[in-house]
Amino acid sequence: MNRVRKIFLAALMATLGCAAFAAEEQFFPITSYRVGPYGANGMALFGGFIDYLNYINLKEGGVNGVVMTWEECETEYNNAKGVECYERLKTKARVSSGPIHPLSTGISYALIDKTAADKIPLAMVGYGRTDATDGSVFPYAFPLVTTYQMQASAIVRYLRDKEKGSLAGKKIVYLYHDSAYGKEAIIALEAEARLGKFELVEIPVAHPGNEQGAQWLRIRQEKPDYVIFWGWGVMNQTALKAAQKVGFPRDRMIGSWWAGSEEDTVPAGEAAKGYLSATFNVAGKAVPLIAEIEKVVYGAGKGNLPDPGKIGTVLYNRGVASAILSVEAIRKAQEKYGKGKAMTGEQVRWGMENLNITDARLKALGATGLLPEVRTSCANHEGSGKVKIQQWDGGKWVVVSDWLEGNKSLVHPLFQATALQYAKEKGITPRNCAKES
Amino acid sequence: MFYRETGQFKTSYAADQQLFPIRQDRIAMAMLLVVAFVAVPLFASEYLFSAILIPFLILSLAALGLNLLTGYAGQLSLGSAAFMAVGAYAAYNFQLRIEGISILASFFLAGLTAAAVGLLFGLPSLRIKGFYLAVATLAAQFFIVWCLTKFPWLSNDSSSGVISAQKLVILGYVLESPREKYLLVLAIVALLALGAKNLVRSATGRAWMAVRDMDVAAAVIGIRLMPAKLLAFAVSSFYCGVAGALYAFCYLGSVEPDGFSLDLSFRILFMIIIGGVGSILGSFLGAAFILLMPIFLDLTLPPAAAFLGLPFSSATVSHVQILLFGILIMFFLVVEPHGLARLWQIAKEKLRIWPFPY
Repeated sequence: MNRVRKIFLAALMATLGCAAFAAEEQFFPITSYRVGPYGANGMALFGGFIDYLNYINLKEGGVNGVVMTWEECETEYNNAKGVECYERLKTKARVSSGPIHPLSTGISYALIDKTAADKIPLAMVGYGRTDATDGSVFPYAFPLVTTYQMQASAIVRYLRDKEKGSLAGKKIVYLYHDSAYGKEAIIALEAEARLGKFELVEIPVAHPGNEQGAQWLRIRQEKPDYVIFWGWGVMNQTALKAAQKVGFPRDRMIGSWWAGSEEDTVPAGEAAKGYLSATFNVAGKAVPLIAEIEKVVYGAGKGNLPDPGKIGTVLYNRGVASAILSVEAIRKAQEKYGKGKAMTGEQVRWGMENLNITDARLKALGATGLLPEVRTSCANHEGSGKVKIQQWDGGKWVVVSDWLEGNKSLVHPLFQATALQYAKEKGITPRNCAKES
Repeated sequence: MFYRETGQFKTSYAADQQLFPIRQDRIAMAMLLVVAFVAVPLFASEYLFSAILIPFLILSLAALGLNLLTGYAGQLSLGSAAFMAVGAYAAYNFQLRIEGISILASFFLAGLTAAAVGLLFGLPSLRIKGFYLAVATLAAQFFIVWCLTKFPWLSNDSSSGVISAQKLVILGYVLESPREKYLLVLAIVALLALGAKNLVRSATGRAWMAVRDMDVAAAVIGIRLMPAKLLAFAVSSFYCGVAGALYAFCYLGSVEPDGFSLDLSFRILFMIIIGGVGSILGSFLGAAFILLMPIFLDLTLPPAAAFLGLPFSSATVSHVQILLFGILIMFFLVVEPHGLARLWQIAKEKLRIWPFPY
């Protein structure tokens, strides 16, 4: 009897202890992928994300004492699996929830309605539904930092600067992955072409893009001044090799941020030298925070990457940047709703809508230059719209430009138009952003 | 013992030809329906609805469609996912472009659209058979996905090509919760399954089976091959089309053409191979196996690994899961090449004579 009571008491204590402890835990539902065709990319990015959460726990004991916890679920970049994972993690995200990062445009689309109904913020850092920039229609969806359209516009701006202020009469080929991802940017490029009076030639590449002979033959015939390139996965290295084969100069080829990581250039070898790409986060360990994470997290043996050699790659740093945005949103939410408390999805959403990450704040985090300043509001869920251009020198990525902002007055009205169309289709009444605080 | 038919005399043709001639089967079926329609909606959690039951029912319907074509009419097809895509996009467009159309009417029209497309891609079946036909249907798979990407009109000029399903409204009532969606899907699937069960017992179904077993012989006894084969394609595509519409409207909420890739077609094909080719029950069992087994492994492996003290990361769990899944598929196919439905039949036979086997 005594023993039974002892066990019972112990169990009771354990549950109570857990309950008391749970109040100070901030849960992150993580729908990640580490296997499948894009597994290598997911491994680096989610590795960076989790390492930063660990870093916050180890270094500061969490955000104002609230410890970061998380659970991963493998999606394999598959929409149906992503939804299953989301439904599974959702029940645990009732009490407190950090933003969810699906790292897949398809899964983001499938989750947009669901997250809004369940009041869990959806962060799409550099992918996903771009017209969610209009927060009045999409309160819970955040295409943070920048969007494909703004990126395309910024790339055009970079080229214009290179051509001493005018692209009139030039010819630009847009070579893209024939999917939602590749098609998103077309609308912005077409608008830019009308404005800048340059000729735009659109050439699609079918998924997965490991055969591009016909496309590059066409590029040779067209003799464009530049190629803007929207590739993903195996398509990127294939394009670089094909460009070398037809003799198109790589330094006139400029890729999107998903076509500008070590995973793309290293396999292409010599063919990648001189290739340009956009990025919203810099690579390398020169950023103090990255070196610090390596020291603190990997020093404590809690690193998430099986291969620490990936620390400081473009995608790893992007994962860290995504985590910084999430944690800063929680910090912001705690300022409003109570420091040292776990934040619900609804509260974190407010934090994400009121982010104000200045350069001074980035410096305090040790992340100077890792990502641009981000300032969100109800009307602007994007927050920045700036990219840097980087160049592959054969061994590493070298930044060759300052932060370049896309043409906001050209691109953002396009978002509003499609967002309103979406609101109409779904019967959503947009919020009045003027009344939001 | 459990399946003792002693005393169940059939005194009329109607009694002899009914769907479930054995009384125990009728009781079991009625109980299953009561559980599915009443008990499950009362007690199941949201996760169970939206992540397990709804996709299970929808994929069962798609597998059923393929089973009618492959299992009953003997025409191998690799285009099921494409026909689902046709259904999804058709339902979306009917909702979008016809003012005030009922959602059920759009689902029905979506099925008909898929049937028309299926008819078109069924034409080669008149000349080619077996593996060669599979390759011809592969063309449907690639063509339809390409077509949906190529013509922006089909996705209402969405810049990304992704369509977002409209609200489900039936007679002014908005179905929003997973429970309501589940009931809608269940009702449609139950109705169509009943239709399929009856269809395969009809003259059409018998004609299909004759064609499957040997088409020359079927032609000799007076079955017209062309209508039989084309009808099989049309009906099968109708089922897949409705499944696709449900997939978009009741399950994912938004779909892109790439979601209906060859991969999904293969999954549906595996469902009927594992469940049982030429069996209505097999379609459901196969869908359950292919869909639920990975989730089950996913949920049980990490605790099992922790119990055994193995250092499992989420990536390792995925790898082990794929490995185990493959092994299980091989195991079942070796033990019972006719699928899970056949296993059930054997079990039934055994139960019938238990406890006095010969």
